[in-house]
Amino acid sequence: MREEPAARSDLLPRLAAFARLLHDAGLEAGPRRLTDATRALNHIELNQQADFRNALRAVFVSRKEDLPTFDAAFDIFWAPPDPRVTAGQIPGRSRHLPMSPEKAKAWSEALGLQSSAMNREQEPREVPASSSGYSSEELLRHKDFDEMTWEETEQVRRLLEQAAWRVAERRTRRMKPGRLGRIDLRRSARQAIRSSGELMTLFRRKPRMRRRPLVLICDVSGSMERYSRLLMIFAYAIGRREDLETFVFSTRLTRITRQLRYRDLDRSLDAVSKGVHDFSGGTRIGDALSDFNRHWARRVLGHGAVVIIVSDGWDRGDPSQLAAELVHLRRSAHRLVWLNPLIGSEGYQPLTRGMAAALPYCDDFLAAHNVQALDDLGRLLAGLDRRPVRV
Amino acid sequence: MTIDDVEARLRERQYIGDRALATAIFLALKLEKPLFIEGEAGVGKTEAAKVMGDVLGARLIRLQCYEGIDLAHAVYEWNYPRQLLHIRLLNESSDRKLAEREIFSPEFLLRRPLLDAIDNDDAVAPVLLIDEIDRSDEEFEAFLLELLSDFQVSIPELGTIKARKPPFVVITSNRTREVHDALKRRCLYHWIDYPNLEKEVEIVRARAPEAADGLAREVAALVQGLRSMDLYKVPGVAETLDWARSLAALGATQIDSSLVDATLGAALKYQEDLERVREKVPALVEQARRA
Repeated sequence: MREEPAARSDLLPRLAAFARLLHDAGLEAGPRRLTDATRALNHIELNQQADFRNALRAVFVSRKEDLPTFDAAFDIFWAPPDPRVTAGQIPGRSRHLPMSPEKAKAWSEALGLQSSAMNREQEPREVPASSSGYSSEELLRHKDFDEMTWEETEQVRRLLEQAAWRVAERRTRRMKPGRLGRIDLRRSARQAIRSSGELMTLFRRKPRMRRRPLVLICDVSGSMERYSRLLMIFAYAIGRREDLETFVFSTRLTRITRQLRYRDLDRSLDAVSKGVHDFSGGTRIGDALSDFNRHWARRVLGHGAVVIIVSDGWDRGDPSQLAAELVHLRRSAHRLVWLNPLIGSEGYQPLTRGMAAALPYCDDFLAAHNVQALDDLGRLLAGLDRRPVRV
Repeated sequence: MTIDDVEARLRERQYIGDRALATAIFLALKLEKPLFIEGEAGVGKTEAAKVMGDVLGARLIRLQCYEGIDLAHAVYEWNYPRQLLHIRLLNESSDRKLAEREIFSPEFLLRRPLLDAIDNDDAVAPVLLIDEIDRSDEEFEAFLLELLSDFQVSIPELGTIKARKPPFVVITSNRTREVHDALKRRCLYHWIDYPNLEKEVEIVRARAPEAADGLAREVAALVQGLRSMDLYKVPGVAETLDWARSLAALGATQIDSSLVDATLGAALKYQEDLERVREKVPALVEQARRA
């Protein structure tokens, strides 16, 4: 039995509770939206389930990515399943909501559901053994990431946040006053009008500059495990100061830009580990880049973006696919940089199949095993000017 | 007006939308809120706004966004050459203060779409289409945010102009970048997905009537087949219509491998995609003709 939406006067508390559920599942469901929802429902025939759902969706969702979450929450809240039916038996509907286990438990109890209806099983978070190692900043800068302790990574974060470099700028199509450049008719005419139509001074204007956006695509597969946490800290720290989109992949690609935007690093890392389901899995770089090229490139590679791939190049996929995807990716990026943490190790040669296939298509191939190497990357990014000449 | 009315009126004007879109439009009208429509390129976002103008009997005012769009292009600009000319034609003795007031009068104003949408004598408030907002930049978004909250514009020389009746605003985005949440929060949201086969056949019949019934179905099925393939850019509904029209123009009443091969460029715009699909044309045609 589907529960019919209650009469209007009873609806407000229910609606407020639904907004709270959406909020806990990560949607923006503040008072403004709640007010809008109430107003919207005044115009809707409440016994029309589809219209009721559509109306709330139009009000509470404002991103395509949130549509499945909204639908799952709607199903759970407004149409609780028959108690005899366990979750998962309703075909074609995802009932999983992205929320913390405690919240999921509380909601399941409030709604009289089995807790598995609300959330996937949470794997316990690994707590790395802490050590009391102390390093001076200079030592730390040259220490390999895979040898660092938990506390050292904290210091690294601070180092990264304070790093002196900023990404190079590109010209925008907006103009600002300048001494050289094209004539600024507006300002010149303004001035002329004040002096009875006599053009006394020619004002000029020049393009305004903006920093280039960065897109970071990180390999978090098994072979990169030792670097994963540091990479996330790197992405978090850089995201504070630059226009950054972050993706991770091992067998498939996940966008984690939003997860990294929390003010608190630990909360961000926690959100990332919840959002990414294949940490330390196998590697399929070609598949991941193919996914990126098809679903994300048009959305995040505007405005002359610089793409940085971080991977050791251990790839179980097809090298020719990897090459084809890199060709495509490089064409839509201002610059394509490949960071390989293994370059730092002595006698390293880029001989893995994946790396050998990728090498000809990258504009830059750099190390990424310690802070010093990341600083080198920073200097490269700060100095980017023209698109490299590619043959 | 009810949701059914909106749905029926869209359909009368050959716009085949779904119930959710009709609901979103209906609510946007009732709540007097802007409607934010997202979807892949060529699914009919702009068309929805155009048809809405027709449905409401309102004028459609379109602002096409692009990188670097600013107030001078979107709201108003003084016609400086004319002002200069005017002031130079005045003789020495005329009153300068008066002259200045004269040249900063509405006569010397170049009215751009946003001003037009707010300040007009239309009997029915116009439909304002802000197209492809993702192409503009954050500064412009911030300005829009302000405009959409009180529908007024200040021109220092003329004062504040407030809309007598706010326009019905439709904002579209292709998601080439994320539009700021603050702006979206002010709007109702609708995501337009690719249509299913039945709906797409209906769209082709409505929008490309020159294509024979059988052809319409086959082209729609063909495009549905392409959408399930692994391509850099899958064809939108606009491409389906282009394709159906191209084939009809060639006098085709049904598809075959050589026709499809010759006109594939109507649907696919990347060399890699063309190559990948070319090998599979006979199989795709076979599959489409059975659909």
